[in-house]
Amino acid sequence: MKYLTFAAGVLTATSAFAETPVLTVYTYDSFVSDWGPGPAIESAFEETCNCDLQFVGAGDGAALLARIKLEGARSDADVVLGLDTNLTAAAKETGLFESHSVTADYTLPIEWTDSTFVPFDWGYFAFVHNADVIVPTNFKALADSDTKIVIQDPRSSTPGLGLLMWVKAAYGDEAASIWEGLADNVVTVTPGWSEAYGLFLEGEADMVLSYTTSPAYHLIAEEDASKASVKFDEGHYLQIEVAAKLAASDQPELADKFLNFMVSEAFQTIIPTTNWMYPAVTPATGLPKGFETLMVPAKALMIPADEANTVRDAALIEWQNALSK
Amino acid sequence: MAERIVQITVGKISPRLGISAAVLIAVLILSALVAVVSRADGDFALGPSDWSAVRFTIWQAFLSAFFSTILAIPVARALARRRFWGRGFLVTLLGAPFILPVIVAVLGLLAIFGRAGFLNDILAFFGFAKVSIYGLHGVVLAHVFFNLPLATRLLLQGWQTVPAEQFRLVAQLGLRPSMVFRLIEWRLIVRILPGAFALVFVICLTSFAVALTLGGGPRATTIELAIYQAFRFDFDLGRAAVLSILQLGVAGSAAGLALWFIPSVSFGGGLDRMQRRWDVRTVWSVVLDSTFIVLALGFLILPLLAILLSGLGGLADVPLAIWGTAWTSFWVAMLSVGALLCAALPMAGWIATSKRAGVEAVGLLGLAASPLMIGTGWFILIHPFANPADWALAVTILVNALMALPFALRILVPTLRETAQTYGRLSGALGLSGVALWRCVLLPRACPQIGFAAGLTAALSIGDLGVIALFADPDRATLPLQMYRLMGSYRTDAAAGAALILLVLAFGLFWVMDYWGRRNVIAE
Amino acid sequence: MLSLNKIEIALGSFRLRADFQIEARQKVAVVGPSGAGKSTLVGAVCGFIDVLGGQLILAGQDITDAMPDKRDMAMLFQDNNLFPHLTIAQNVGLGIRPVMRLTLDEKSKVNDALVRVGLGDLGSRKPSELSGGQQSRAALARALVQSKLWMILDEPFAALGPALRAEMLDLVAEVADETQAGVMMVTHAPEDARRIADSVIFVVDGVAHGPQATTELLDNPPPALKAYLG
Repeated sequence: MKYLTFAAGVLTATSAFAETPVLTVYTYDSFVSDWGPGPAIESAFEETCNCDLQFVGAGDGAALLARIKLEGARSDADVVLGLDTNLTAAAKETGLFESHSVTADYTLPIEWTDSTFVPFDWGYFAFVHNADVIVPTNFKALADSDTKIVIQDPRSSTPGLGLLMWVKAAYGDEAASIWEGLADNVVTVTPGWSEAYGLFLEGEADMVLSYTTSPAYHLIAEEDASKASVKFDEGHYLQIEVAAKLAASDQPELADKFLNFMVSEAFQTIIPTTNWMYPAVTPATGLPKGFETLMVPAKALMIPADEANTVRDAALIEWQNALSK
Repeated sequence: MAERIVQITVGKISPRLGISAAVLIAVLILSALVAVVSRADGDFALGPSDWSAVRFTIWQAFLSAFFSTILAIPVARALARRRFWGRGFLVTLLGAPFILPVIVAVLGLLAIFGRAGFLNDILAFFGFAKVSIYGLHGVVLAHVFFNLPLATRLLLQGWQTVPAEQFRLVAQLGLRPSMVFRLIEWRLIVRILPGAFALVFVICLTSFAVALTLGGGPRATTIELAIYQAFRFDFDLGRAAVLSILQLGVAGSAAGLALWFIPSVSFGGGLDRMQRRWDVRTVWSVVLDSTFIVLALGFLILPLLAILLSGLGGLADVPLAIWGTAWTSFWVAMLSVGALLCAALPMAGWIATSKRAGVEAVGLLGLAASPLMIGTGWFILIHPFANPADWALAVTILVNALMALPFALRILVPTLRETAQTYGRLSGALGLSGVALWRCVLLPRACPQIGFAAGLTAALSIGDLGVIALFADPDRATLPLQMYRLMGSYRTDAAAGAALILLVLAFGLFWVMDYWGRRNVIAE
Repeated sequence: MLSLNKIEIALGSFRLRADFQIEARQKVAVVGPSGAGKSTLVGAVCGFIDVLGGQLILAGQDITDAMPDKRDMAMLFQDNNLFPHLTIAQNVGLGIRPVMRLTLDEKSKVNDALVRVGLGDLGSRKPSELSGGQQSRAALARALVQSKLWMILDEPFAALGPALRAEMLDLVAEVADETQAGVMMVTHAPEDARRIADSVIFVVDGVAHGPQATTELLDNPPPALKAYLG
């Protein structure tokens, strides 16, 4: 008898569950963590969609793409959220993504025209340092200085790849010699952002490659104004994080709905103080207090998405050669 | 002669289960490799940077193994010769570095040896120039930190196999320490060191984060990083597979070579038993031993202390959710221990009674295989049938058990072999076989070793990030994953607190199981 | 003379007291029920077990806290009397000087000892190539070259057959006489005591009773010894 009741309970539970459509969104790991935007966005979207939004975390941006490639058309994912502009060309090449119909008043430093990917936040890569230390303000000066930096490996980290593209975008063919000059400034290269930032906080380096928005975390969450990012004369490389719908999605309408929700006020207000990036569409209420203190680059650098792939491989070899000497 | 006795007397331990377990493990690992290859469309070619990664990997693993084992000699010798307050604790503590998550250990080491570390502060105080930890020497230093304790424990156990009368004889004859070294100690070192060397070598082969972070740049690219790059950056599964095979090949050759030597001494249990020594009272030997004990103690304790201190500061910032995560990690560890014992006991029984010890190499496969390759391979295998996230914990448990297997075998085989030799005839005469033989004879005799192996497995699985990151299930994170997430969202203090919880949990489980095993030894 | 002055030995919760003297060059047997502390007693005399109280005086010198090799005693254990990886000659050589290289003179001394115990041509063998009796002889050869005031035996011949054991005991007596050494030997066989011992130390209930003439004691044993002898 007990078993029967139990079985009945399970059955009703599953059928009740089955009536609610499930939207599966693959994203990077820190997005879904308890401190990331994931939980707040999930409940905000579920209030309006009459659905079950499920985030699945998979490493970082590049691991996310690898996973989508691995799963192919059989993937459970309806939406992939968290690729960046260095990866969109490679992502598009897979043919697994479908175009979108989202329109919005983006507040990005560049014009957005991509028909497959919808941006949800953005930021500039920058070197973060202790505010009381005077640091060089361009790559050449950095190379000539004794300032020590810790960076991430472009092969295993998104910011690491960002720096590679930054130097390439700023110096083109001169990039190799810049790297050679930087070699003695690089304390070490870490596999990921967390290790590099941890090393910096431990005092292992004067500067760490991160984002212009990083000081905002210390300022807003920790009320600590001791961190700053340095403005480089060359301009700063722009990272735009995007999402897209998968062609094989079994919930295409819901996926569209989510992409539209993504550029809405409800989603965008959550981003700045959870993902610590600039929202793709600045909310009507403006940015949170503290963001106005952030350094604003004079110039945004970016290698167009369709060139990113080829530039990347050549730049990686330059980087490896310069730093292996 | 000895081998014949084994054969006759212990034919009763059925090899079938052990062989099945070994085959299952080989299949699990090789199927992952096959799955990756099946999805590859690259040309399986390696570039020049891959080859330099192979060279660097072997070289750093060789150096790490060399220094870990060479330095373990004086430390183990000192610990074997001296009785002092806290010795038992120190010996237990030797297990701690081994179970730390890489990033925690690295930050601990940097607190001492880093640019802004304790050592450089002291050097600066006396007006010396700063030393940099970054480079090949840093990689080796970190690997020695991880593996010196392991090598020391292996050697220390060797010392304890020396019959007590030999030390009495030595005392009787008034032999000097140098003679004792030549007569007794050198022999056991030669017997144990090659195996310990191979074990450390294989462990260091799959190093990735340590090598890169402390290596100071892309010079320090290991095979594992190249595999990571092939998977993630280039999505070249063919190259990833070739690199994985290469890694297995190097590890396999090392293991094959070492199995001729691998220490056939028991390395579990009884570690706090202390042999009485009379030959060590010379001033010089006291100074020597004290120096090595203090140096080793400092080298191991200071980074741990740094972790402890920064962890205590961050404990208040740790989110409450961490306790749920700790609970998950706890039962994952328990199930990992269960899975390990299911595989290790029958395998150890089989190896203990088989003539060739070569089968133990199967155990090393799990350690030598790239975790990323195994994870990806199984992901490819599972995905068509089920949601890999649902399998995340099951896969984690299996991988943890696989990783711990070589250590467990190293711990269990000698005891089972000895038990089989000593009581095999009696058991045979009583008609004990199968389950009854295990229950009445083998398990009770091997209790301390089982406890030690279980403790090590539990600790390893608490501390290992493992493949769970690849399969990530947002609702059931493990402690190391949660700690990385805290770090990844700027919460460095909370992450340090989480690391401390992890350390305490891992070490606590290790201690409880080890203690349980030793307590259950039947009084003799 | 070897004096055990109010010696008290503690090993865990076990206590053993001894308070007696043994004349130099005497041969004494230590007998008693198993677990009574026979090995503990000789272990303490040789310096392998700490004494809690009392004094151990050998030929007028206090050796209570002396290191085992500074006591003028040669000890033979139950097992492992030889290093298995050294040759018989090397093992014996260690008794002369604890180094591996001996002078020619010393080597011939080793050889003489080996000949004396009947192992003249086996010096280059390893212990594992010898029988149990031959191994005991090798250990005795070492005791011979050590030439100490006392030979302490902790049942080294227990595993040998009766005839061989008798033979070894005779050899012990001969070696002791040649080196003018006293013998203190643990045994559980009264016939061993009768064979070579002048007197017997009886260990029972935590007390080692001073030596008494062998024949007298064994022929008229007190109740405790009687119970042991059966």
